[in-house]
Amino acid sequence: MFNFFRRRRSKDDLKQRLKLVLSYDRARLSPGKMEQLKRELLGVVEKYFPSDGDDLDVRFEQHGDRMVLIADLPRPPHH
Amino acid sequence: MNAKAIVVTSGKGGVGKTTTTANVGAALAKLGERVAVVDTDVGLRNLDVVMGLEGRVVFDLIDVFEGRCKLRQALIRDKRVETLHLIAASQTKDKTSLSESRMRETVRALLEEEGFDRVLIDSPAGIESGFQTAAAAATGALVVVNPEVSSVRDADRIIGLLEAREITEVRLIINRLRPKMVKRGDMLEVSDVLDILGVKLIGIVPEDERVLVSTNVGSPAALEDGGAKTTAGSAFRDIARRIGGEDVAYPDLDGSKGVFSGLRRLFGGR
Repeated sequence: MFNFFRRRRSKDDLKQRLKLVLSYDRARLSPGKMEQLKRELLGVVEKYFPSDGDDLDVRFEQHGDRMVLIADLPRPPHH
Repeated sequence: MNAKAIVVTSGKGGVGKTTTTANVGAALAKLGERVAVVDTDVGLRNLDVVMGLEGRVVFDLIDVFEGRCKLRQALIRDKRVETLHLIAASQTKDKTSLSESRMRETVRALLEEEGFDRVLIDSPAGIESGFQTAAAAATGALVVVNPEVSSVRDADRIIGLLEAREITEVRLIINRLRPKMVKRGDMLEVSDVLDILGVKLIGIVPEDERVLVSTNVGSPAALEDGGAKTTAGSAFRDIARRIGGEDVAYPDLDGSKGVFSGLRRLFGGR
């Protein structure tokens, strides 16, 4: 904890990878399908908000017992 | 644990299901419970050799299912611990008679007619019909996991399937923990595994060569009394006591404060 020069601990990588893969496992969706979903969502968003889809972030989050699909699209402020 | 019929499972193979079944079964019996351990790994039976009872198998679980013998004839009494009994799996490939209803009926008869206090069911690896049959009669589960990537992932899958079966008492055994690797950050620590899997802990078993030595000679390590608190044998005895309802403190496996202090805090420093 006090050693800033310590190498990255491999278990930290493992924990991060496990959390990600388990979120896909629990949602029964492969990362490839997720990419596909993101592309299609992007297409729909583009239709209504032209050229705004670049910032779309789609991910799963664990909320208690449930997996929740989050699609996050920041809207530019009104001018 | 309240559950009298407990399935020992893991998803992934080779993480220590059979060793855990043999050792926890033996330790529970030594505490005075009447215990039946049942091997459901049809075609790949091993619980008999791990327990050193292979020379005494006459009838097996499939013989019971198909009515070739009475349940009592398939029960092999362990000579070291009087209250410990084994039902071996069949070593033939034929799994067709492995049915969930026969499994439920057999476990019911063990508990209600043969007077056993506890039935430990050793599940085969995988999530297919063998696992489903093993889980069919269980009301509790011991999920055995090694602190590494594929075992944790498979354990998560198995926990989901157990919950789908409405098996409510699911407890985690972290097996083959290497305290030195945990200390240098190259192995998940106990709190990481609990955080990821979200089930209650019932045991931490350190990697211990003596487990292999004891299985070489067919005598569960948990039966070797005495010795340090940091042996696998001692960890299995502690698990049995926790199943029996006792509050047993977790020993400091690496001999220094720090790595397990978070865990001790988690359990109120007991």
